[in-house]
Amino acid sequence: MSRSPYLSSAPSVSVIMVKVMLALIPAIAAYVWVYGAGILVTLALASATALTAEALMLKLRNRPIKPFLMDGSALLTAWLLALSLPPLAPWWLVVVGTLFAIVIAKHLYGGLGYNPFNPAMVGYAVLLISFPVIMTHWPAPLELAQAKLSFAEQYQFIFGASLPNGVQVDAISMATPLDYLKTQLTLHHQVQDITTASQFGAFGAKGGELVVWAYLLGGLYLLQQRLITWHLPTAFLGALALMAGAFYLVDANHFASPVFHLFTGASMLGAFFIITDPVSGPTTPKGKLIFAVGIAVLTYLIRVYGGYPDGVAFSVLLMNMCVPLIDAWTQPRVFGHSK
Amino acid sequence: MNALLNIVHQVKNSFGLSANNTVRGGVHPAEHKQESTTLTIGSLALSKRLVLPLRQHVGHLPKVLVTVGQHVLKGQLLAEAEGNISAAIHAPTSGVVLAIEDALIPHPSGLPDQCIVLESDGQDTWGERVAIDWRHLDQPTLLAALRNSGIVGLGGAAFPTQIKLRTNPKVQIKTLVVNAAECEPYITCDDMLMRERAADILKGVEIAQYLLGAEECLIGIEDNKPEAAEAMRQACANSAVKNLQVIVVPTQYPSGDARQLIRLLTGMEVPNDKRSTDVGVQCFNVATLLALHRYFDFGEPALSRVVTITGNVSTPRNYEVLFGTPVTDLIAAAGGALDQTDDYIMGGPMMGFSLPSVDVPITKAANCIIASAPQLFAPPPPAMPCIRCARCADVCPVSLQPQELYWFSKSSNLEKARDYKLFDCIECGCCTYACPSNIPLVQYYRFAKSEIIAQDRAKEAADLARERNEFRLMRIEREKQERAQKHAQKAVGAQTEAAKEVLAVSANPEADAAKKAAIAAAIERAKAQKAAAAPQNIDKVEPAVQAEIAKIDARRDAAKQAVQAQLFESDPQDNK
Repeated sequence: MSRSPYLSSAPSVSVIMVKVMLALIPAIAAYVWVYGAGILVTLALASATALTAEALMLKLRNRPIKPFLMDGSALLTAWLLALSLPPLAPWWLVVVGTLFAIVIAKHLYGGLGYNPFNPAMVGYAVLLISFPVIMTHWPAPLELAQAKLSFAEQYQFIFGASLPNGVQVDAISMATPLDYLKTQLTLHHQVQDITTASQFGAFGAKGGELVVWAYLLGGLYLLQQRLITWHLPTAFLGALALMAGAFYLVDANHFASPVFHLFTGASMLGAFFIITDPVSGPTTPKGKLIFAVGIAVLTYLIRVYGGYPDGVAFSVLLMNMCVPLIDAWTQPRVFGHSK
Repeated sequence: MNALLNIVHQVKNSFGLSANNTVRGGVHPAEHKQESTTLTIGSLALSKRLVLPLRQHVGHLPKVLVTVGQHVLKGQLLAEAEGNISAAIHAPTSGVVLAIEDALIPHPSGLPDQCIVLESDGQDTWGERVAIDWRHLDQPTLLAALRNSGIVGLGGAAFPTQIKLRTNPKVQIKTLVVNAAECEPYITCDDMLMRERAADILKGVEIAQYLLGAEECLIGIEDNKPEAAEAMRQACANSAVKNLQVIVVPTQYPSGDARQLIRLLTGMEVPNDKRSTDVGVQCFNVATLLALHRYFDFGEPALSRVVTITGNVSTPRNYEVLFGTPVTDLIAAAGGALDQTDDYIMGGPMMGFSLPSVDVPITKAANCIIASAPQLFAPPPPAMPCIRCARCADVCPVSLQPQELYWFSKSSNLEKARDYKLFDCIECGCCTYACPSNIPLVQYYRFAKSEIIAQDRAKEAADLARERNEFRLMRIEREKQERAQKHAQKAVGAQTEAAKEVLAVSANPEADAAKKAAIAAAIERAKAQKAAAAPQNIDKVEPAVQAEIAKIDARRDAAKQAVQAQLFESDPQDNK
C-alpha cells in the first residue's frame, strides 16, 4: 500500500552510462586525429567482446539479459579498457583483456554493482603483467611516425597482418614519454635534456596532449551533468600535482614537473573516468578524498620508483581494496548526532 | 561556467559551508501547487453518513461515551481521551449514532479499525459551546481542558496537541516555530489557510505562545507561497503579539520536517535523542494553531479541517471537510476523477500512501487527497542493482548513507543497519526519488525498522522469560536451603528438648509425676479413639477373611508410606 515516494527524478543507470560514453567522444576523436582511425577498430572489438561476454554470463547466471545488456555498463568498461590499451594493439589482446574484465572482474563477483575492483583496470593490469612488451609499445603519433599507416593498414595490422612492405615496427612506434623518461633517468640523463626528445610536447606527450585535453573536456561535462562529484578528480589531480611539485622543487634535474605528470599517462583519463567508477569506489565525500589522494600518491611512487612507467591501474586496484575500510571510517555525522 | 558554478556549489556543500538557510541534501520535485490554489477554500455539502475512526491520532484509543441509537449534537464528545497520549473524538454534526463497528480506515495497512458511524440529521445543530477565558487561567487548567478538544497535529503527524503544549519545568521554551513550509508537492491546504485566515492563525499563535511561555515566534514559509507569506506578514503587523517573524525559506523538500525547519529558522540542530523542547523550541503546524483558536475562543472542538483534493480530478481545490466525510464526496465535489485514475493517494506524493478504497473517511491526518494516474505518477521501472553512485547520500537531509542502509537491510544485517543510524531515517523518500536504479529504498528501511522493532520486542519477551526462570530456579534453591535449615534446627531443637527433659526429671520429681500421669492419660485417650475408629464388624469373621483384611491393611500402609516418601522427595512448589 505504501509505495511512496510516487515520484522519481533520476536518470536511469543506462542514461548515466550513455552520458559517460558521450563524455568520451572528444577523446576518441582526438585519438583518431593523433593516432589514426585504428582506435575505432579496437573500440568496436572491445565492445563486441564485452557485449557477447556479458550476455553469455547473464545467461549462465540466469539473469534477465536485456535490461542488463541495455544498462550500458559492459560497453563502458569495454571503452575504458580500449582507451587504456596502446592503439593498434593486436586483436587478441583486446579480446583477452575485455573477457577478463567482464567475466572475471565483473560477473564472477556478482555482476553490476557487486565488483570490488574496477573491471577495466583489472583487464588492463592482467594484460600489462602478462604481455608487458606489447602493452608498453605505443605507436608514435602520426605526425612523428616515420611511416604513416592508412586505416586499412592499421586494421590489418590489428588483425595480425604484417606491416606494408618496407615498414618496420620501429617506424610506427616509439617509447611513451613516461617510459622514455624512466629509462633515460636510469642512464643518468637529466630531465631537462630528456624532455627535448621529439615525443615530448608542451605539457606531456606530443599529440597525446590533445587526447588529455579532450579527457579534461569530457570530465568537465561529467561534473556539469553531476554524474561525478568534484572530490575524486580534484583530489587526485591536486595530490598528484602537489607530490610531483614537491619532488620537482627539491630536484628539478631528476624529477619531472607536476604539469608533465598531469598531462601524461593515464592521469586525466583516470581522474575523470577511471577512479570515478562508483561501484568500486568509496561513497562518502571524505572517503572519496582519501581514495583519490591514495591513488595519486601510489601512482607517483610507481611512476618514479616502480617497475612500470605508469601506475594508475595498479594504484586504483590497490585503493579499491581499501574502499570498505575507507567507507566505514568516513561516515558523515548524522543530523542531530554529535558524532 | 555552469559546470564551474556546480563545482563551487558541490564544494561548499561537502564542506558543510552551505548557508544555514538550506536543507542539507533535499530534492526539488515539480510542485504542482498551482492547480489547487486558483480557487478559495470551498465547503462541502453535509454528508449523510459520517464514519469516525477512533484511531485518528498517535496514541491510545479513546473511550467511547455514546451508545448505538443515541442522538448527538454537533460538537458533542463521542469518545474521550484515555491514557496519557490520546485524543478525543467529537460529533462533526448532529445526528444519530448508527453503529460502533470495525470499518475501513485510511491507513497504509488497509486493515479495518473501530469507528463510530454517525447518521446526520441534516440540522447541523450545535451542542453547548463554551469559550475558555485562557488569558486568565493557569496552564494546568488549560491543558486539562485541551485534553478533550480532540486537537491533534494537523500537518499530518496527528500527535495529540495537549502533549506538545505540556512544558518541561527544567527547560524554558524560548521559541515557537510555526510550520508553514508545506514542502510536499501538490499539497496546498496550509497555503490556502494562510491566505484566507492568517489573522485567525495568529490568534492561535498567541494561545500557543501563552501556554508555552515562548518569547518569540518564527513562522517558516517556503518561497513558493508568496501570497501566504504576504498574508501572514500583514497579519503579524496587525497583531497585538510581539516578536512575530515570518521567515521565507527556499523551496526544498523536506524543509517542512519539524527538525529541519527548526534548524532552518533557529540554526539549532535538535539532538537525535532529544525533543525540540529540550533545546527550547516547540513546533506547530498552522492548521493546528487555528484549531487551538477555534477551541479556546469559541469552544469548538476539532470537527473539520482543510483538505486539498488534486491530481487527476476535474477541479482541484481545497475544501473545509468535516471529519468522517467519505473521500468519495470530496472527489465528487472536485468534479470527479478524470479518466485513467487508478489510485488515490492520501498525503503528498513523497510520503503519502495509497488509500485501500475511496470509501474511507477523511480523518484528522488527511491533509491531501491526490487522484493518481499513470501520467502523473508512472509506475517505477524494475529495480536494477545499486551502483553505489551515492546520489541517495547526496540528497539525504539527515546525512545518512542510504546505499549502506540498503545493503544492510537487504541482507537482513539489522545490527549493522542500526549502527548506521537507520532509526534517524525520517522516510522522506528523497533517496528513492534520486535513485537511478529505481530501488524502493524507503520500503527497505521500513521493513528493516519493523524487523528490528519486532526483534527487540521478542528479545525483551525472551529476556523477561529468562529472568523469570532464573528467579524461579533461585527461589526453589532458596526454599530448599530454608527447608534444610529448618530440618537442621528442628533436629538440634529436639536434642536440646530431650536434654532439658532429662534435666527436668532429675530436678523436679513432682512435676515429673504430673507429666507422666498426663502422658498416660493421653495414651489412654488415643487407645480409646483407635478402638472407636476400628471397624466394628470384623470381630467374628472367618480366619481366612481376617487374614485377607490384614493383608489389605498392610498394603494400604505400604502405599501410604510410599506416597509420603514421594511427597517428601519432590518439591510441592514444582507442581504448580
